[in-house]
Amino acid sequence: MIAYIVRRILWIIPVLFTVSIITFFLMHAVPGGPWDRDKALPKATVDRLNAKYGLDDPVYVQYITWATKFVQGDLGPSYRYTDRTVNEIVADGFWTTVQLGVMAFILAVVVGVPLGIFAALGHNRGPDYLATSVSIVGIATPSFVLSILLIVFFAVQLGWFPTGGWKGPQYWVLPTIALAGFPIAIIARYTRASMLEVTRKDYIRTAHSKGLPGQSVVSRHMIRNALIPVITILGPTLAFLVTGSFIIERIFGIPGMGQFYITSISTRDYSLLMAMTMLYAFAVAFLNVVVDVLYAYIDPRIRYS
Amino acid sequence: MATNTTAVQAGAVARPRAASGPWRDAFGRLLKNRLAILGLVLVSLFLFFGVFGPILAPYPYDQQDLKAIFANGNRPLPPFSPNHLLGTDSLGRDMLSRLLDGARISVLVAFTVQVVIIVIGVPVGAIAGWFGSRTDNILMRITDVIYAFPDLLFIILLSVAFRETPFGQALDGLFLVFFAIGLVGWVTVARLTRGQMLSLKETEFVEAAQAIGVRDRTIVTKHLLPNGISPIIVAITLGVPTAILAEATLAYIGIGVQPPRASWGSLIADGQKYVRGEPHLVVLPAIAIALALIGFTFLGDGLRDALDPKLKGKQ
Repeated sequence: MIAYIVRRILWIIPVLFTVSIITFFLMHAVPGGPWDRDKALPKATVDRLNAKYGLDDPVYVQYITWATKFVQGDLGPSYRYTDRTVNEIVADGFWTTVQLGVMAFILAVVVGVPLGIFAALGHNRGPDYLATSVSIVGIATPSFVLSILLIVFFAVQLGWFPTGGWKGPQYWVLPTIALAGFPIAIIARYTRASMLEVTRKDYIRTAHSKGLPGQSVVSRHMIRNALIPVITILGPTLAFLVTGSFIIERIFGIPGMGQFYITSISTRDYSLLMAMTMLYAFAVAFLNVVVDVLYAYIDPRIRYS
Repeated sequence: MATNTTAVQAGAVARPRAASGPWRDAFGRLLKNRLAILGLVLVSLFLFFGVFGPILAPYPYDQQDLKAIFANGNRPLPPFSPNHLLGTDSLGRDMLSRLLDGARISVLVAFTVQVVIIVIGVPVGAIAGWFGSRTDNILMRITDVIYAFPDLLFIILLSVAFRETPFGQALDGLFLVFFAIGLVGWVTVARLTRGQMLSLKETEFVEAAQAIGVRDRTIVTKHLLPNGISPIIVAITLGVPTAILAEATLAYIGIGVQPPRASWGSLIADGQKYVRGEPHLVVLPAIAIALALIGFTFLGDGLRDALDPKLKGKQ
């Protein structure tokens, strides 16, 4: 098991390496450079800037320079926010984005799992229809639409929450709900399907026939088994929440990392873009390992060699 | 196997019904599922409006009715205005016509992205699963890399990188976006196809085919794929809402479709400034997106239940 975990974690390195190469060369294929401004800079200035930052080197030399610094933890200078390094920019927004992602994740699990269980236990009756309707609304409403609706109703009409910003708990509510809407629906659907699957297993029939009270069959046997497959989607969900929050950050004016997601591409801020890509890729790859390990830990029938 | 076994059975035992077959049975089961029917209806409407939208549209999607909004104090017309059933946007363009153009764009997304996914994902998965060992290892490691790529970042980067090329200009800039969405999306289908191959490879009918000397290629295309196709069909159907959602999200942040074309996502982005006074500008495209997503989700769910009789009774 330890060997398996180590191998999986080491495997992240070549994945990140490949991701970095693809992104780096694709990024340099984008026409224009970081010095493009509305009012064009004089050519001499651009040349001097390029020389200063090594942007006049061949792309592969630039890649080696970048990679050497990257492994030492230096993410490079920002070409757009010239008074700050990328390390500072990322450090500023990182925890806000993580906080938003984790809060939405907790909300999605806390609402989604019980909703799915509730639907399965009341299969084809009222609770099922209610829970299924909720999850359909979640699937059918893109996060940006949900954000607009939440702002219009709860911020503008009712005035319960601020329309944007990130200055305290009351600012956290709407963005978290907007971000969690879709994962709630996915988790609920998954849990429901998994519960229904388990309901028909022989060991559930055995549990009933040996006279266990219904409640204990549900809690001790059904839910515990039904949640195992649900865990597999939690990793991708958390990754989706952390990487996908940039739209929510944009709409609610949250000072996270996500705001740099698009601007770094449009302003050709190469080092910032690389930093974002690597962070997100690492998050996705790492969370996948965590889920696989967790999966084996919870379900002793699964053994990795 | 479908054709083989029925042929054998037909000789040995009298077949119970004249026109029975796994696909027909599955279709029968699909038609018994009310939600699946609803999904089928929504998807058919969606395809109908996407294909015939421009013919049905009362105006071209970019035609401005300046007189009408001028008469309305330079505000967008509300729904049920004369000449404009669903009102106009802030530039006096007919909302119904723009929604229909959005339907066309979404149908194109639904179609193109899934074609890219099938063309890449199924062969890669089939090859990995059939040949196994090193081939499998290499192909699966490639999917690992794609899997770790932050999807939207990659799509945005591709869209911006190739925007100026002829490839990027195709279909008003849409082709590139579709292609990029497909390029990050094929991994799921590849893994699924591989899993199917792996489990079917061990079955007796494959062993029999090998024993009588059928070529690898024929076994994969004639025996394995038709047998393993059901989950792939389901995954592709359920992949459509993901693609539509991705396109709408990108259009919302201004990537992909170029104005004056009207993706449902860009309609919402344009309309949100007026959402308090003229909610229809946001609500109508949001409903359109919702119905399309619901339609494909229900149809996909229905197909899964219909194509996998083992799950019967679960509905």
